[in-house]
Amino acid sequence: MQTQSLTMPVNAPEEHAGHDAAATQALGFWIYLMSDLIVFSGLFATYVVMAHNYAGGPTGKELFHLPDALLETLLLLCGSAVFGLAMVAMHKGDKRLVLAGLAAAFLLGLGFLSMEASEFQHMIRAGAGPQRSGFLSAFFTLVGAHGLHVAFGMFWMVVMMVQMAAKGLTGPVQSRLMRLGMFWHFLDIVWIGLFSVVYLMGVL
Amino acid sequence: MFGKLTLSAIPYHDPIPMGAVYGSLLLGMTILSLITYFKKWPYLWKEWLTSVDHKKIGIMYIILAMVMLLRGFSDAIMMRAQQAIALGSSQGFLPPDHFNQVFSVHGMIMILFMAMPFLSGLMNIVVPQQIGARDVAFPFLNAVSLWLSVAGALLVMVSLGVGEFSRAGWSGYTPLSEQAFSPDTGVDYWIWSLQISGVGSLLTGINFLVTILKMRAPGMTLMRMPLFTWTAAFTTVLIIFAFPVLTVALSLLTLDRYCGMHFFTNDLGGNTMMYINLFWTWGHPEVYIVILPAFGIFSEVVATFSRKKLFGYGSLVYATAAIMFLSFSVWVHHFFTMGTSANVNIFFGISTMLIAIPTGVKIFNWLFTMYRGRVRVATPLLWTLGFLSTFAVGGLTGVLLSMPPADYVLHNSLFLIAHFHNMLVPGVLFGFMAGYAYWFPKAIGFRLNATWGKLSFWFWLTGFYLAFIPLYILGFMGMPRRMQHFDNPAWHPYLIIAALGTFFILCGIGCMLLQLLVSIRDRHATRDVTGDPWDGRTLEWLTSSPPAAYNFAVIPTVQDRDAFWDMKETGTAYRKPDRYVDIAMPRNTVYGLAIGGLAFLFGFAMIWYIWWLALVSFLGVIAVVLARTADDDTQEVIPAAEVERIEALRRGGA
Amino acid sequence: MNQTHRNNTGAGSGSFKSYATGFVLSIVLTGIPFILVMTGALSHSVMVFCIFAAAILQIIVQLHYFLHIDTSSAMYWNVVSLLFTFIIIFMFVGGSIWIMYSLHYRM
Repeated sequence: MQTQSLTMPVNAPEEHAGHDAAATQALGFWIYLMSDLIVFSGLFATYVVMAHNYAGGPTGKELFHLPDALLETLLLLCGSAVFGLAMVAMHKGDKRLVLAGLAAAFLLGLGFLSMEASEFQHMIRAGAGPQRSGFLSAFFTLVGAHGLHVAFGMFWMVVMMVQMAAKGLTGPVQSRLMRLGMFWHFLDIVWIGLFSVVYLMGVL
Repeated sequence: MFGKLTLSAIPYHDPIPMGAVYGSLLLGMTILSLITYFKKWPYLWKEWLTSVDHKKIGIMYIILAMVMLLRGFSDAIMMRAQQAIALGSSQGFLPPDHFNQVFSVHGMIMILFMAMPFLSGLMNIVVPQQIGARDVAFPFLNAVSLWLSVAGALLVMVSLGVGEFSRAGWSGYTPLSEQAFSPDTGVDYWIWSLQISGVGSLLTGINFLVTILKMRAPGMTLMRMPLFTWTAAFTTVLIIFAFPVLTVALSLLTLDRYCGMHFFTNDLGGNTMMYINLFWTWGHPEVYIVILPAFGIFSEVVATFSRKKLFGYGSLVYATAAIMFLSFSVWVHHFFTMGTSANVNIFFGISTMLIAIPTGVKIFNWLFTMYRGRVRVATPLLWTLGFLSTFAVGGLTGVLLSMPPADYVLHNSLFLIAHFHNMLVPGVLFGFMAGYAYWFPKAIGFRLNATWGKLSFWFWLTGFYLAFIPLYILGFMGMPRRMQHFDNPAWHPYLIIAALGTFFILCGIGCMLLQLLVSIRDRHATRDVTGDPWDGRTLEWLTSSPPAAYNFAVIPTVQDRDAFWDMKETGTAYRKPDRYVDIAMPRNTVYGLAIGGLAFLFGFAMIWYIWWLALVSFLGVIAVVLARTADDDTQEVIPAAEVERIEALRRGGA
Repeated sequence: MNQTHRNNTGAGSGSFKSYATGFVLSIVLTGIPFILVMTGALSHSVMVFCIFAAAILQIIVQLHYFLHIDTSSAMYWNVVSLLFTFIIIFMFVGGSIWIMYSLHYRM
């Protein structure tokens, strides 16, 4: 007698279901990152189109400090690498090292954001705020959007540290850490485009 | 405390909006009282409002779409009535201020709150079943998407009675939509309802793409998927890659309006044309987002009601893929007249002409499917036949408009309006009505009355021709769009015929409502006991009508295209399995509804500058999300014995 | 040498070596364009080329070493969606620049 195949046998190990769920969640998150990439490319396109709309106001050459931009880049890059090391620790099951890695990435992100906040503050005080010209609106929005994403990532790190402390490195917690890692690396990749197009091209 | 909101925001002295407000409140109160009187709140809460079941979510989406169809259509009636009388010394009954709000909200509702929810609803009900899955990839996000759409729609409805809506068209062109020229809340209502429902749409796109890629039953390769699932997949790709651009366009406009920036202003280095570029980069894929699911529905209907497999399955898939790709390359045709060089216009003119070709391929495929088939003209097929003939006309006018020199004459005339309604009504709407008639028995459990369905179709078809063919002629005669008043008496007879067409469509809608009432009255006689009322070809017809929560007690193994037809032919369709297994399904949750509610409050607060409420509701959303991630107990198990009991009931034909 | 472990999503995951390699390559590819621009050593168009070349290379480095993008079957849809995204970005950003430049020129 012919029977239909059962795809989820009663005794299927929990991990099988967990494996599928984690892979599905990772793909879903990746696709979300693709859509976020389109958001950034829209902001990039707008910036490039308005890059010379100074309206008689200050230009990039006058405003951007490359040494600061370099330091910001290094802070973010170190944060990305450190998070990667935290993931290595996670696969080894070393909860303490993961927490330390997350904390380090958080601090590096904090350093990045404080430098950026300080840069914004200087520009606004000097009359070069986002209301001054189309170019500056585009600059503040593009760089600011990236900064907001970084801030959100840092908030997510805190949430994960709390979850790790409370639940340990459970399957769902690890799956979320993987996605946070994807997010954090993605932000560093977007920053590559940012420092190249905005800061480096801006002072040429 | 209340930001800019004062009691004077309520349009006490305008009879039409106040009439609509009183009517809506009365209707709302009546419905709420009836629910309370029949003690249905616990049922409603448990079975619908907190549900994460894709089938229920789909039904709720379609209810939203139907309600918004009524609202958007009342705007259409008002516009046609106004234009039928506002000649010369008559100013009609809608002053320009109101007329501008009416055409703005009509377009926005029909596309964003009628077509989008309708297609989300059909995808929700059908796609997981068609691929042999139990649910979508992310059931909780699915619920969030629904309630975000509802929140957006609610904001638009509230704008009727509190403040006013945008006067800048459904497209919100700058600089008219900037603070300088639209200082009131209108454009803000438009922005926030779009942003909030846009998040819902994006999540739906991601959800269904992952579902289709990852959750197909064993043996269902991509080239064995039903066409509706294929078009759903392409639609989700369009959603994922287009909606972010709308987010950008709206966000930059928001920054201009709220923070005094200069993206699209006339001064200080703003570039108003960049808005139009960004908007249509989204806007063009958007119209393909609404039409592709309709094409998928036509494919299913034509095959089922010709009792024949689809002609040229492969070419249908590739044609749809070509449409999807090309739809990212044509957007300038929405602004040929904005002043780009001949080279730019030529490039986009050619790409626009090219995109007509794969659609033509599909039409031939559908015709060849019917040729030598054993055709039954059931209601879904009737809608399809109406589409095949009428849509082709609109397609031809599209090719005409794709030539920049022709477009220079016809842009923003009624010819354009006739063209896109010719795409949207016989294309999108007829497709969704066919899908509604086709899948209603599956979703609800009994059939729709065929007589009223067919009558509705004939009213819609006649009404469409009467309402829009005169507009083509008026376009050639030089009448622009969006006119509250006109002075050329030669236009008048055509506008009267167009108004008559609207009346026919009203009858068509009336028939739809009557059909629903009659069908509910007759539901015991027309119950679908087999789950396969049309002798279908695809897997959704294997489940019961309505399906159990888990859809399939045993996930089928797919051997061929038209998987269910194949199972019926080889006799493996309804085999009882040796044993049943426990099935894990996601639990109900209030968090989806909560996020929708908080999003509505956030939108309302941002519109009226009630900053404390905006902050609180925003933090509330974050809190709900955190609560959700902290919850480890989001699934419940349906024991095997329970599954066996449900399946036995089904076999008993109870 | 780069060892790819498989984690519970099926995707490759890094080892200390792979993250370290990615980090060092990124530092180099960051340093080059910054130093070039800060010293103004080369001509304008050469520097522009170097900036974009370095950026593209660094993006690829980070995609591989940090995000574990490779040609494995577990990464298939990730790679397909990434390539598609790049095509869309090219059409959208490139198209927008062409369109807006054309408008700017004529107005």
